[in-house]
Amino acid sequence: MEHIRTTKVEQVKLLDRFSTSNKALTGTLYLTATHLLFIDSHQKETWILHHHIASVEKLALTTSGCPLVIQCKNFRIVHFIVPRERDCHDIYNSLLQLSKQAKYEDLYAFSYNPKQNDSERLRGWQLIDLAEEYKRMGVPNSNWQLSDANREYKICETYPRELYVPRIASKPIIVGSSKFRSKGRFPVLSYYHREKEAAVCRCSQPLSGFSARCLEDEHLLQAISKANPVNRYMYVMDTRPKHRMQSWWATQKDIGRIIVRISSKIWNDEKIRESHEQKRLNAMANRAAGKGYENEDNYSNIRFQFVGIENIHVMRSSLQKLLEVNGTKGLSVNDFYSGLESSGWLRHIKAVMDAAIFLTKAIMIENASVLVHCSDGWDRTSQVCSLGSLLLDSFYRTIRGFMVLIEKDWISFGHKFSERCGHLDSDPKEVSPVFTQFLECVWHLTEQFPQAFEFNEAFLLQIHEHIYSCQFGNFLGNCQKEREELKLKEKTYSLWPFLLDDQKKYLNPLYSPKSQAVAVLEPNTVSFNFKFWRNMYHQFDRTLHPRQSVFSIIMNMNEQNKQLENDIKDLESKIKQHKNKQTDGVLTKELLHSVRPESPTLKTSLCFKEQTLLPVNDALRTIEGSNPADNRY
Amino acid sequence: MEFSELIRTGRAQAELLRGPGAPPLRGTLCVTGHHLLLSPGPQATSDLWLLLLRSVDSIEKRVAGDSGTITLRCKDLRVLQLDIEGVEATLDIARSIEALSSLESVITSFPFFYRPKGLRLGDAWHFHPPEHHYKRVARETNAWRLSEVNEDFSVCPSYPRAVIVPRAVDDDALARSARFRQGGRFPVLSYHHAPSGTVLLRSSQPLTGPQKRRCAEDEELLRAVLAGARPGARGFIVDTRSAQAAKQARMTGGGTEAKAAYPGWKRLHRPMERGRPLQESFVRLVEACGDLEQSMDRWLSRLEGCRWLAHVKEALSTACLAAQGMEREGACILVHGAEGTDSTLLVTSLAQLILDPLSRTMTGFQELVEREWIQAGHPFQLRCAHSAFSHARPKHEAPTFLLFLDCVWQLGRQFPLSLEFGEGLLLALFEHAYASPFGTFLCNSEKERCLCEVRTRTHSLWSGLNQPKEQRKLRNPLYVLNPLAIWPSVEPQSLRLWQGLFLRWTRPPEPSEAAWEKVWQIVTDKEKTEGSQPTVSASEPQP
Repeated sequence: MEHIRTTKVEQVKLLDRFSTSNKALTGTLYLTATHLLFIDSHQKETWILHHHIASVEKLALTTSGCPLVIQCKNFRIVHFIVPRERDCHDIYNSLLQLSKQAKYEDLYAFSYNPKQNDSERLRGWQLIDLAEEYKRMGVPNSNWQLSDANREYKICETYPRELYVPRIASKPIIVGSSKFRSKGRFPVLSYYHREKEAAVCRCSQPLSGFSARCLEDEHLLQAISKANPVNRYMYVMDTRPKHRMQSWWATQKDIGRIIVRISSKIWNDEKIRESHEQKRLNAMANRAAGKGYENEDNYSNIRFQFVGIENIHVMRSSLQKLLEVNGTKGLSVNDFYSGLESSGWLRHIKAVMDAAIFLTKAIMIENASVLVHCSDGWDRTSQVCSLGSLLLDSFYRTIRGFMVLIEKDWISFGHKFSERCGHLDSDPKEVSPVFTQFLECVWHLTEQFPQAFEFNEAFLLQIHEHIYSCQFGNFLGNCQKEREELKLKEKTYSLWPFLLDDQKKYLNPLYSPKSQAVAVLEPNTVSFNFKFWRNMYHQFDRTLHPRQSVFSIIMNMNEQNKQLENDIKDLESKIKQHKNKQTDGVLTKELLHSVRPESPTLKTSLCFKEQTLLPVNDALRTIEGSNPADNRY
Repeated sequence: MEFSELIRTGRAQAELLRGPGAPPLRGTLCVTGHHLLLSPGPQATSDLWLLLLRSVDSIEKRVAGDSGTITLRCKDLRVLQLDIEGVEATLDIARSIEALSSLESVITSFPFFYRPKGLRLGDAWHFHPPEHHYKRVARETNAWRLSEVNEDFSVCPSYPRAVIVPRAVDDDALARSARFRQGGRFPVLSYHHAPSGTVLLRSSQPLTGPQKRRCAEDEELLRAVLAGARPGARGFIVDTRSAQAAKQARMTGGGTEAKAAYPGWKRLHRPMERGRPLQESFVRLVEACGDLEQSMDRWLSRLEGCRWLAHVKEALSTACLAAQGMEREGACILVHGAEGTDSTLLVTSLAQLILDPLSRTMTGFQELVEREWIQAGHPFQLRCAHSAFSHARPKHEAPTFLLFLDCVWQLGRQFPLSLEFGEGLLLALFEHAYASPFGTFLCNSEKERCLCEVRTRTHSLWSGLNQPKEQRKLRNPLYVLNPLAIWPSVEPQSLRLWQGLFLRWTRPPEPSEAAWEKVWQIVTDKEKTEGSQPTVSASEPQP
């Protein structure tokens, strides 16, 4: 609270960034410990969580006041005009402080209290049980077992305690392999395909920098391939682009030359050891040792494959470019498409999707196991493993299954949520929309396969909202060890039970789980199947969206159908009862009259019909009619 | 019959490849006067396959060894491949198709021979006469009358027999105004917006020429329009050309209304693409959509380069501007470009769809197409002679009507519950505008249709489409009457490529079709469960 100097400013204007009318809403701005709240003259509230704020900008003073532009991580952009510069300055400074916390303990999740007792909270955390999930996949079994090697996080700090490895891989092999892999992230099981007995495994890059090899690592890979009784060949997918690895090899040669040159210098001049050049050399040598890929000559039965997903820095600037283009006022169609093209965003999305399809095909067509890695094995690897599993297994396309998938491939395997989402005031170079890309890939799948998913778009948007909100504990921290140290399960709540409680909002009314055709999804990745995800990147720009929602109306109809069917059954059984009671079998007037008033369900369902015509809820953006003033014609 | 001279080979053995999703067909290929037939042979289970020759846009032949391949690119953007046994047969069939598909005579075209079961000749032709529209206008205002000044098409060859004009202007004045407008297209009523008491008019450009000529009757006509509207109404002239292009038109005898001559009217220029650039845009888009191998960057840059969606945006925003002028500012709107038969109709028809809930119903939309496109004299025969694949030098072709359908589709996407018809109707209209067994889209004007006796000798498309069996394909199951105006967003983020049309034959349709099937099922379930309620109460014995 010490950061808040002004808690309330009146006569603040809120501008719509896509409306031309320059018609602003006037209202009052409140600053609380957790939220920025704007209440306009129609009593409509706009809540902005401090943690959602990505940047605050104070623009040059104008005649009407001092403009304050706030960009949020959920792609909301608000443009306030505060009448007095002093107030604006206070709010600006407060928001700068409040939006960037230095300690985990200051995040919203640690103060958020949804009025649940401890046992309810604990039950919430137990909702997703990964051991149960591995059991569902069919492990442990004769080829795969639970390893206790990382029980105390001794081998790998960023992995979970429970890891599944080939039964024939002994502990020394695991330990040896982990020493050869960046950050100790040795190959482990991510998904097991019961029918094909093939596995999706994940790891980080080998430290084969100066063409070193590691026999234990080679053994572990062999063990994985042997754990597949059908196909001894396995794929090693390096999700990085080949050209980048090759250019890296070139720099490595340069480094070699520098080392030779500098060593001779060191030889000549002792002092140089302390110099900057020495430090730089070390960094370079470390980096050199930290990069590499498996040499096919050293590993038997592997097929090596690059799939070309760019790194977190490329992705970050790609999204930045995309948002810049989209934020332009009066954007022309041509500028939009050339901006979309030059941002490269859809190209990257396609690359992730293509990689997942490659993985799926390896398993379904060749019956081969696949080992996926990138550099550290927590970004691109998570994308490819999780998306691949989603294509392979319809369970992950259900609401609960999707939660399990995120828990497994993202949270437990150490996707660095806190760094990638910038939860704390830390290195901005670590921020990257890797998880957003995953959600976007899933959205593209829901577009191509409208009946294959139990959940709808609102579910994806809601999850996206909460990876940044810091309201729940699930996405805090960068790995399981860190989460345990933060005692998140004792001090914060899990998001999943809250989503499940609201399940109705997230259901896809067209979902047809029984249709066999969608067992394994085979998406078509021809370029024109990729579209700009307006509902994500413009989710708060009301005027850009369809004014009526098909989803909500179908959802309501569907629900109404179910209710009416129940009513009919109910009434029929009542009629039957009465018939049975009355031996003469004649329904008297009194009886039916007694049925009808007694049937409140019938009444409510009829009212319900009226409701379907009304706007349903804000999240689904149902606006009957629209306003020409919102648009630029 | 003269067709026989053009048919070189009666029949040949062939295999037909129809692209993704459809299995190949094998059988006897046969060319008739109007069709290409493939008969799968007596044992086969599949039916006879039939293609209207008129729908072939381009034909490509290749021979190798003792067989040949013909690639047919159709006007509805389908690509078909025929593998034919025998080199001679291939060449003969190709030549026959080429000759027969490019016949220009209207009265020998297929609609004059098409006699489907269950339909009666002459049905549905009288569905949407000008009188019908006038009745509606007359219920709302008495400032307008139905004039038959054009009864013999002498005043304006591209207008229908009867048009709606201000009551205060007599037929002589109309005829004089017509002489001042290109092609005789004097300002006529297109739509009366009852809530605001304003009107939408359309015409062609005034023939002011380099001398800046004026026409008292034309000026009087527009004055009468304002006088008949809501008191104090202003007027906007929406010129679909740029100010510069409108000025240049004076050199060739055209021009635009001088401000001083038309008090109360203000001119706005909203340049819209037309003619050849529009056709080229269409061709380039279709080309881009046919390439399945291209990279994401290439695809996006081609999508940008073809400019199709920019044209969609132009058309929608100009229509919105016109609609906004009427609904919000209470102004009368006159729309024209040069000839007043293309972008003008695009704007007036879209503006009505935005404002008028009635035009968003199944019959209302058909009436709109009939009135604002067919009877209003959009030269369908010239504009739709060739589609995107033709190698012929484009002369008068332009996909103006397709652009209209695309804009309607965009409206339907943004207001998915407000249109009673679905994508199916739009696709059908696209197909039939380019090649059809029905007579509705034949010829360029009512005058030509009269000369060819289209109304008595061919079937109307509307009677074909309104058959009960077609309804499920054409209707929007989610339609709910929306009494409000529908203002679309025209931001590039809100406009989408119409995949259902441009990628119709290249992408597998199954998942989305299955999803619509499910939507239909939910809607019918709803009707059923609701319908079964009364049966419960119906079992109540009478007192």
